[in-house]
Amino acid sequence: MSIGTAVTEAPAPPEPEPAEEALRILPQRRLGQWTAAAVVLVLLALALTSVVRNKAFQWDVVADYFTSASVLRGLWLTLWLTAVVMALGFALGTLLAVFRLSGNPVLRAVSWGYVWLFRSIPILVQLLLWFNIGALYPRILGVRTVDLFGPVTVAIVGLTLHEAAYAAEVVRGGILSVDRGQIEAAQALGLSRLRRWRRIVLPQAMRSIVPPAGNMLIGTLKGTSIVSVIAVQDLLYSAQLIYHQTYQVIPLLMVATIWYTVVTSVLGVAQYSVEKHYARGSERTR
Amino acid sequence: MSVMVDIRSVHKSFGSLQVLKGIDLQVRSGQVTVVLGPSGSGKSTLLRTINHLEKVDRGAIHVDGTLVGYRRSGDRLRELPEREVLKQRTRIGFVFQNFHLFPHLTVLENIVEAPVSVQKRPRAEAEAAARRLLERVGLADKADAYPRRLSGGQQQRVAIARALALEPRLLLFDEPTSALDPELVGEVLDVIKDLARQGTTMIVVTHEIGFAREVADTVVFMDDGRIVEQGPPSEVLDRPRHERTRAFLSKVL
Repeated sequence: MSIGTAVTEAPAPPEPEPAEEALRILPQRRLGQWTAAAVVLVLLALALTSVVRNKAFQWDVVADYFTSASVLRGLWLTLWLTAVVMALGFALGTLLAVFRLSGNPVLRAVSWGYVWLFRSIPILVQLLLWFNIGALYPRILGVRTVDLFGPVTVAIVGLTLHEAAYAAEVVRGGILSVDRGQIEAAQALGLSRLRRWRRIVLPQAMRSIVPPAGNMLIGTLKGTSIVSVIAVQDLLYSAQLIYHQTYQVIPLLMVATIWYTVVTSVLGVAQYSVEKHYARGSERTR
Repeated sequence: MSVMVDIRSVHKSFGSLQVLKGIDLQVRSGQVTVVLGPSGSGKSTLLRTINHLEKVDRGAIHVDGTLVGYRRSGDRLRELPEREVLKQRTRIGFVFQNFHLFPHLTVLENIVEAPVSVQKRPRAEAEAAARRLLERVGLADKADAYPRRLSGGQQQRVAIARALALEPRLLLFDEPTSALDPELVGEVLDVIKDLARQGTTMIVVTHEIGFAREVADTVVFMDDGRIVEQGPPSEVLDRPRHERTRAFLSKVL
């Protein structure tokens, strides 16, 4: 007992402060981050509830038309038109890029002129011009121009020519990104011109071509909606045809919107795997 | 011994800059010629004219008895169509300072590309030959690696194997160790020395004086687009006759 009292009465020797190097390390307090996240989440929730609660969206109508035959036909046209325009546009664009990088000054000038011209004309103006080409040339090779240039043909021609001008620059940038030494090494090994392009330059150029090309693909997918002005029944125009009869404008625009986002998401996934393919042999996956 | 490379009066300018001012040089079969000289002396350009990576303005280059890059047409030399230049190049191996391996192809694919696509050798046969070459440069286990996974020294050894895969009559090396970390220089020089011992005809542009002394049959010293002097290493390196050679050697030794 006396020992216990003695202990409480005597002033305890102060605990030695632990040295700094022994202390536990904590990260910065990030109050600002937490507040910002909370505010954004609240705003997002408000927006979502308003979308769900607002009867004017008419989600039941959206569901009715989402897989209706005419919407699906329009979607199909949008998809194949995008595919055809991308394929033809990049084929022509690659040719233009090769012209632009060739030693031949005439080919270089032609390629430059093409890109200048078709990047200058708004796609809408171009489509209308092609649509009315019959006014300039009533007959082409003995065939009536109106028969030759139906709305779908006009859409393909106009969009392809427009696409090619941009594709040419994308491909040219990709080719320029390949080290000049790669071509020299291939030349020193006796590889033919075609083989050098196909086996050495293009696969390496693809690494810089794919990201902007993916961008263009998504841009084209949505950009095809412009053909509705010349009465081509793509996804948007199909939706418009329905709401012109039923006056359910918003739900049908929602149908088109959702389909565009679905396809865009699928394309995003596809782009990721294509990029991975062309990143072979490189440490960095950009 | 027959002459493998015969360079006569080669001139070359880039715009107004005269890079080669009349080069005459003979290299015999089975010999190693090392070209030394300060940067800008024209030695790399000279090397590149030998497989027609660089056109010449005047003069003629014969490799193994064939005029390179041109054919005689009356009293002129007409540049050959690319197809024929490419065929000539398969007889001349070239190793670059920065290796220039194809980064998107594996080591094995790098080596068999030319034998399969240019010489039309069956792939299986070309791959077997490629594996033997990899063994020779000490990289048998790297056949399926991508070049960027390898060290600089390993990449340069693959590049040498790639050049050898075409079974060339002549090998040209353009500063093969200049892009390497110092500790990796030895492994590449060892491979080149090994080739020299087996009687491969080579022209090596380099700054490695020790290598020149050990391996070269002939040392050529170039300065300002001209060959200043040439001879066995014991003469050019140890008893240089020209002031410019002495000045250069005193700086690099």
